[in-house]
Amino acid sequence: MTSKLRINTDKINIILATDCGSTTSKARFFKKIGDEYRFVVSGEAPTTVESPFEDVTLGVRNAVREVEELTGHKLLGSQGIITPSKGNEGADLYVTTSSAGGGLQMMVAGVVKTMTAESAERAALGAGAIVMDVIAVDDGRRPYEKIERIRYLRPDMILMAGGTDGGTITHVAETAELIEAAKPRPRLGADFELPIVFAGNKKARTNIKEILDETFALKIVENLRPVLEMENTEPARNVIHELFMEHVMSHAPGYDRLMKWTPIPIMPTPAGEGKMFQVIAEKYKINVVGVGLGGATTNVYSIYENEFVRTVSANLGMSYSICNVLKEAGTQKITRWIPFDITEDDLRNRLYNKMIRPTTVPQSIGDLVIEHAVAREALRLGFAHHKLLARPLRGVQRRRTIADIFDQRSFEETYIDMLKINLVAGTGGLLSHAPRRAQSALMLIDGFQPEGVTRLAQDSVFMMPHLGVLSTVHPEAAMEIFEKDCLIRIGVCIAPKGTASKVGEAMEIVVHKSDNSVIEERAEFGTMKRVQLEEGEKAKVEITPFRGGDVGKGEGKTRTVEIEGGTVGIILDARGRPVILPDDKNERRKKLVGWFQALDAYPEKLYELCGGSLA
Amino acid sequence: MSSEACCYTPGLKRKATTVVRKTRILPIPGEVLVREKEEITADTIIARAFILGEVHVANVAALLGIEYWETSKYLLKKKGEEVEKDEPIAMIKSLFGLLKRTTYAPASGTIERVSDVSGQVLIRESKIPLDIDAYIPGKVMEILPNEGATIETPAAFIQGIFGIGGERKGKLTLVAKTPNEILTAAQLKPEHKGKILIGGARVTDDALQKAGQIGVKGIVVGGIDDHDLTTFLGYKIGVAITGHEDIPITLIITEGFGEMAMSEKTFSLLKKFNGKDASINGATQIRAGVLRPEIIIPMIDEVTESSKFEDDDEKDYLQQGLLPGTPIRIIRDPFFGALGIVSKLPVKLQTIETESSVRVLEAKLADGRHVIVPRANVEIIEE
Repeated sequence: MTSKLRINTDKINIILATDCGSTTSKARFFKKIGDEYRFVVSGEAPTTVESPFEDVTLGVRNAVREVEELTGHKLLGSQGIITPSKGNEGADLYVTTSSAGGGLQMMVAGVVKTMTAESAERAALGAGAIVMDVIAVDDGRRPYEKIERIRYLRPDMILMAGGTDGGTITHVAETAELIEAAKPRPRLGADFELPIVFAGNKKARTNIKEILDETFALKIVENLRPVLEMENTEPARNVIHELFMEHVMSHAPGYDRLMKWTPIPIMPTPAGEGKMFQVIAEKYKINVVGVGLGGATTNVYSIYENEFVRTVSANLGMSYSICNVLKEAGTQKITRWIPFDITEDDLRNRLYNKMIRPTTVPQSIGDLVIEHAVAREALRLGFAHHKLLARPLRGVQRRRTIADIFDQRSFEETYIDMLKINLVAGTGGLLSHAPRRAQSALMLIDGFQPEGVTRLAQDSVFMMPHLGVLSTVHPEAAMEIFEKDCLIRIGVCIAPKGTASKVGEAMEIVVHKSDNSVIEERAEFGTMKRVQLEEGEKAKVEITPFRGGDVGKGEGKTRTVEIEGGTVGIILDARGRPVILPDDKNERRKKLVGWFQALDAYPEKLYELCGGSLA
Repeated sequence: MSSEACCYTPGLKRKATTVVRKTRILPIPGEVLVREKEEITADTIIARAFILGEVHVANVAALLGIEYWETSKYLLKKKGEEVEKDEPIAMIKSLFGLLKRTTYAPASGTIERVSDVSGQVLIRESKIPLDIDAYIPGKVMEILPNEGATIETPAAFIQGIFGIGGERKGKLTLVAKTPNEILTAAQLKPEHKGKILIGGARVTDDALQKAGQIGVKGIVVGGIDDHDLTTFLGYKIGVAITGHEDIPITLIITEGFGEMAMSEKTFSLLKKFNGKDASINGATQIRAGVLRPEIIIPMIDEVTESSKFEDDDEKDYLQQGLLPGTPIRIIRDPFFGALGIVSKLPVKLQTIETESSVRVLEAKLADGRHVIVPRANVEIIEE
């Protein structure tokens, strides 16, 4: 999505960007220093969209005030942000994203659950929405159950697909009639008409108008599944963004004022985040898996062979939703990542207390490790959810080749092959605030389990959504800041897929550095190692996996790749895939401590805490 | 892991005397049934609306075996007509009337839509009245046309940290003798029916079950073990959005999860109002600008003119924010539960045990210790 607004980029020296998150409003201050745009400072304050404040601009003002205090640059005027800049005052451009008050909540509908309804779901998710429910003719519910469900939900918007062009009209009309009968009311603003986007069979448009136009704010766009072999979600996504501004944001508390502060449309936070992951994939021409691990939700993005898919696990998060991770994963899945004694009751009560006091931060090393354990499970579950939607289009007739016959994956499974993922990147408070980068690296590796050779990166201080919305009007500035101040290159993970065929097998690497020095390293199956390779430093690496392991060239075959270093460097992950933790408690803890120490991930104090339990 | 915490005080509102205003609004437009300045009780119906009745679908085309576009042709009833359940609404005859196929109304109501595109006939049941009551007694201060009204009452007001169950009314009844007691099933008696019980540090699952059986309206207690909560509810709470649980009682916890003695101040306030009518709501939504559970103890008998009733003269620390001298409670490990006074607020970020650089404060704890904690890990308390 690119803004229609034209701005004179020559006159932009000071940029202020904010994100109104579900918990915190985050201001980022950018400045042109010499010839390049750089990030200067950030300010944060609690979001104020809900009772008792009910005005999002208060939180934004507080966050911006912190920026003012830290920079001495005045930004706030009585009417909002002072524009343009002059000396130590004002900004030339102000942009913002928002997920406050629950973000964009949508219901989607289609005819066949695994075809048009699934395409509609992908389109809504791609637009940054949380999908509350997917209604389809064959979803197994009776008509009255669907009507009850639609009535009960209070979405911000409905996306309705169904029928390929020239296909069924009857079933599309049937679904439209159920929606009309349910007369769902919008979540915000009792008096306005609920927006419905129809992106289905073009032959059904007249019928849809007749059924829905009177009760809803109906918008008709190109069919998102014009033929079974093709998915065209872009027009639907764009109109969702327009309606988000016109209908949803304008009814959220204080947004009428916030919209006047910025000439650029407010973007849903995940849309901004997703935009930047797409930018990375396009710029480097690589396959990317990205994650935004937030307080309330976990957003996973994949750009795989140019296919962009975003999913949101609406109730997997690290503060409000932390207990949902506990609920979904189970206590044992979380404690398996904790290398010291903790009772299940203690763990659960701690997490429940975090849920009811979500803004607290870990002060003790034990508490930090517990949160990191939960994060691993949130990432794992979020990615599992993502893979359910990142799969080939259903309903398409396929001619299977000999190669397909040997490919174990069915068309039901995801098309994401982890061996072909070039980059795994993360953003969100927990990852950005992890005291050591090796901690984020481990969380990303354990959560996503990359295979072969995979670069790891993270957002420095959570500014990807800010840069995503900025890129719609000033892509050069967004890219410059992104490269220099946002993207932290953590390093490269080298992880053979599969397991060793016998005990004592090891992975070996030979690193040829650009200064002609050579490092040889060996990691036994089940262990991890860290090899220093500074950020920006390039090297050629010959990797020989353990027997039974594959790093992209086939089992046991050597692969040579060019890599670039990072803050952590090269991570040799010889644990095999999938990573299997020992069942025995003491064995498992020893393994964990070994991996943590190999990567120098945590301070010594943690190992003192583990000491007793490892004896 | 720290287990030192045994006595907590809430950082939420706890006012012995204040003016509580509640705006009661219908979810959809309707009729307001009270007048401005009217004195009302907690059970007075403030406003009434009618919500649309349930919709039932009969796929006439499929049932009669006809084409979709022929649906209207075989209907016995027109759009807008009323029908009774099981009344024939469509019929097809063949072989000179010898063979008949009939579709019957799946419910009583009005035919709302007849579709020759989908072959469906939609029948809507009668409208359902939806009432909202006042929840608290008091005076109607403002009428919101077609929506509801604002009611004001002098009251004591206490917020909990987490709750389940919606609005309920009943007499406060002190069961625990001290804030450290655990409320068990053995302490519950038949005379507790209709009451809101005040416990101490924890309530057990069996006490919750028995309370439900007896007909207790609500329980206010310091803490609860998550295991007991899960057993009582029958499922795990994943996200702190509560208030709509299908349970017979409302539970409000004032301190947190685990065994946590109710703060002295909250306990003594509730003890003071033992036997008084109260309105409680367990609804919790933890987002920015949180919705916390509440206990409202109206004091209409004590104060006749609410306009003369002022907030108690306690220092409003919550409004002031953190300052040197502000009383606080630490709400996270390793000093969880400790009380103290802010002694310093350093401007610069400081590195803590986790190696994070955060904004901290220095506090002098009640036991004399001086500690440094992240500012995010304290609650301001009104002692």
